[in-house]
Amino acid sequence: MNEGLMTVAYIGATILFILSLGGLSHPETSRRGNLFGIIGMTIAVVATLLGPRITGVSNYANIMIGMAIGASLGVFAAIRVKMTQMPELVALMHSLVGLAACLVGFANFIDPTAHFTGAERTIHEVEIYIGILIGAVTFSGSVIAFGKLSGKIGGKPMLLPARHMLNLGLLVGVIVIGKWFLETETPEAGLAPLVLMTLISLAFGVHMVMAIGGADMPVVVSMLNSYSGWAASATGFMLSNDLLIVVGALVGSSGAILSYIMCRAMNRQFIAVIAGGFGTGGGTAPAAGGEAPQGEVQSISASETAEMLRSASNVIIVPGYGMAVAQAQHTVFEITTVLRAKGVNVRFGIHPVAGRMPGHMNVLLAEAKVPYDIVLEMDELNHDFPQTDVAMVIGANDIVNPAAQEDPNSPIAGMPVLEVWKAKTSIVMKRSMASGYAGVDNPLFYKENNRMLFGDAKKMLDEVLNSLRA
Amino acid sequence: MFHSAEEVTGAMKIGIPKEIYPGESRVAASPDSVRSLIKLGFQVVVESGAGAESQFLDAHFKEAGAEILPDAKSVWGTAEIIFKVRAPMEFGKNKHEADLLREGCTLISFIWPAQNKELMDRLASRKVNVLAMDSVPRISRAQKLDALSSMANIAGYRAVVEAAHAFGRFFTGQITAAGKVPPAKVFVIGAGVAGLAAIGAASGLGAIVRATDTRPEVRDQVKSMGAEFVSPNIEEEGTGVGGYAKVMSEAYQKAQVDMVAKQAAEVDIIITTALIPGKPAPKLITKAMVDSMKPGSVIVDLAAEQGGNCEYTVPHQKVVHNEVTIIGYADLPSRLARQSSQLYATNLLRLTEELCKTKDGVINVNMDDEVIRGTTVIKEGTITWPPPPPKLSAAPAKPAAPAKPVPAKPESKGGHGHGAGEPASAQSVLATGLIGAVLFGLVGMSAPAAFLAHFTVFVLACFIGYMVIWNVTPALHTPLMSVTNAISSIIVIGALIQISSPGTLITLLAGLAIGLTAVNMFGGFWVTQRMLRMFQR
Repeated sequence: MNEGLMTVAYIGATILFILSLGGLSHPETSRRGNLFGIIGMTIAVVATLLGPRITGVSNYANIMIGMAIGASLGVFAAIRVKMTQMPELVALMHSLVGLAACLVGFANFIDPTAHFTGAERTIHEVEIYIGILIGAVTFSGSVIAFGKLSGKIGGKPMLLPARHMLNLGLLVGVIVIGKWFLETETPEAGLAPLVLMTLISLAFGVHMVMAIGGADMPVVVSMLNSYSGWAASATGFMLSNDLLIVVGALVGSSGAILSYIMCRAMNRQFIAVIAGGFGTGGGTAPAAGGEAPQGEVQSISASETAEMLRSASNVIIVPGYGMAVAQAQHTVFEITTVLRAKGVNVRFGIHPVAGRMPGHMNVLLAEAKVPYDIVLEMDELNHDFPQTDVAMVIGANDIVNPAAQEDPNSPIAGMPVLEVWKAKTSIVMKRSMASGYAGVDNPLFYKENNRMLFGDAKKMLDEVLNSLRA
Repeated sequence: MFHSAEEVTGAMKIGIPKEIYPGESRVAASPDSVRSLIKLGFQVVVESGAGAESQFLDAHFKEAGAEILPDAKSVWGTAEIIFKVRAPMEFGKNKHEADLLREGCTLISFIWPAQNKELMDRLASRKVNVLAMDSVPRISRAQKLDALSSMANIAGYRAVVEAAHAFGRFFTGQITAAGKVPPAKVFVIGAGVAGLAAIGAASGLGAIVRATDTRPEVRDQVKSMGAEFVSPNIEEEGTGVGGYAKVMSEAYQKAQVDMVAKQAAEVDIIITTALIPGKPAPKLITKAMVDSMKPGSVIVDLAAEQGGNCEYTVPHQKVVHNEVTIIGYADLPSRLARQSSQLYATNLLRLTEELCKTKDGVINVNMDDEVIRGTTVIKEGTITWPPPPPKLSAAPAKPAAPAKPVPAKPESKGGHGHGAGEPASAQSVLATGLIGAVLFGLVGMSAPAAFLAHFTVFVLACFIGYMVIWNVTPALHTPLMSVTNAISSIIVIGALIQISSPGTLITLLAGLAIGLTAVNMFGGFWVTQRMLRMFQR
């Protein structure tokens, strides 16, 4: 296959990738979209394999071995992963892209066949440098994100003293080393600063994600998604390969937009989230926020909950991370089925940052076979709460906190929230009275029309289901 | 000396004497509150017969764990903390309850320090702590110990009951075989706690209820209780400090008089609750207005003790003028003694919880606590009233503080743009544009042509990505991430290109990279497909 044919194949693959992302605009076209992605990837890989850049039978053998091992691991993971673990899997996969970008960068740097001079050489070296930098940050950041999401590392933000200065120091270090790297004459001499920079980048990635707490994970995961794209793009520049540049840019902007959407859903600045720690990067400290809410907390039993649900005609269920933790989505579906059979209009209200990654709740509900047309976005049903008899909150806290609207001093003031308190009755399922991730007390619990159903979400929902069926 | 936590060993004793004010039926504890106080670590002594008129018998208190003492003297003599309803007063000849208080003890009751200067001095001279239930700051945290509100609530309810008793007709409209009965019309002046309770009780009985208040923000509360809100035909806001009403301008008062006069001629029952703190009650209902009312009408004046809102009102009495009954009872809560004792006892319990956070039966009058500071009028013999003004109005903040405009940070990465349909401010667009232009200019000046070609592709791809991703439905954000993740394994191309370069190390690195990306490629697409298959209608 000659270069021209290969370029055409790459263009075809690019178009397929764009169509693939476009297909995700609706669940019905989404499977076709994924298929486009697979075809595009196959075309790109096959065209490269048949292209002039790969020579020697042993190399084909190496490729096949690498591919086979990787593919079997990947497919195995894809089959075995539970839907509640999707954030972990995605984070882990981001780390692989980051690591691969690093490896390709190093391979390219020590490749003796590349000959550049003058400005081109400088640019090429800058590309290598940046490619490895982004790759390393993506890698270590994603590994830490994986650890946090899977519970191997505590979810609490780790805030080192003077961490902003530390980050700044690392950045300055990277720039200084970069200058040193560009001044080296031979690849052998350049290796030292390159390795040093990689170590700094790894440390930076670790530090950055360590400082971010559990509920900000949707932002982190989508940000790392973005980084893995930029890493691919940088590799494309390094190798003068337009396909890599384009695909990397697509992925990069996708992740960036997701991060932006997540930040907007929390009414926080992207920089504030990345700078880490709730209330420290922006806004006032939680302690300064208004008065503690007053009133009595009224608890309710599972059978009373079932009774209320049965006599309701409109029900909105608001799931949160607690539902994922308790693996309660299947029971939720059963309850939904029973209620719908009784003619109750049951819908789901999803907050953009519910869960630990964008769209997390939708995937869990889809797994439990909840029809997607009753799973609605916050903006779609927020104005329906006054006509709702029962709003059931399962393992969510900050996303239903009325303080965001009522208390201008609250650290989460201005964050869009699901207005469950406007329903005739709201029921909050929660393990205890502990405050949510933002550390803000929730006045919802003290509202007159709110009831608390304490206990493990799965266990309580099972009891509700049993009472409903009785 | 004074009982501070270190000096006192063992639990403090709370004493409940019988109220000695004539006609006062309430008591400062209920069997339930006694039980909870004991749980907090206190001992409780109750004067025999203290709760009799609230239908709390000695046996009930005893069963709850209290010790019953035969007379007032022994209660005042043994207890370190005294719970009362009414402020201490004289009894017998030259005897005063305040004199029974032992040095270092704590008294919690209604005091009304503004009206009772002499009592305050007397109490202060006893070197005691005094917490006035009428001085609880009006902030949301203190609502649960706001005895004024609980008493006002009862007074409002009882006012309607008294009115119904004196009024010769049904409240609700009925069409019976014996003829049609029109519904009673009730007009409530002042929509505070008592006013709102009256509105609720009256509309519960089926009357047509109207209400007015100088504070416009209560309009929604009035409506929510089922009444119509009527206001004078003039604009002025009457919200004062701390959620109370304030004195209004002359023009407003004139318009108000007209409005009240009009209502008086129409309605059957008027319930007035208008009070301005520290001032005599405003005379809202003139003699002429009363005379204009229909025969058989009733006025219940809840402000009777402060002089009354009606010119005919005689405090503590029911009088009839021109066939209109004017009720000036000042003891409405006491006329519903069991209910008011129960609520008041609970208010006291909540205050005790605030005072005794350690739950060890020892109180700590912590003057740094805003609620306790406001409530305490005498601390260790020093008058600490009036407290510094409360910081917040109980009313909702007028305009919500406008969110601080956050200047858009120019992003160097492509894609961190503004959301679709979210117009960026002209300033930030200009700034971003300028920075972009400078960056592009620098790149254009120094970069070789080959790089620029790639750069063009890169920038255009960012824009395509930007456009495409905004169309993705939020429900599919997780599949989007896993598919972009799979797609980003395109980096395998880089590894494939490298692998044939000479050198074992390069082959090794490239081979490893191929393996890693293959995990992503196959795993990513596979799991995306698995997820998307689940999305069904």
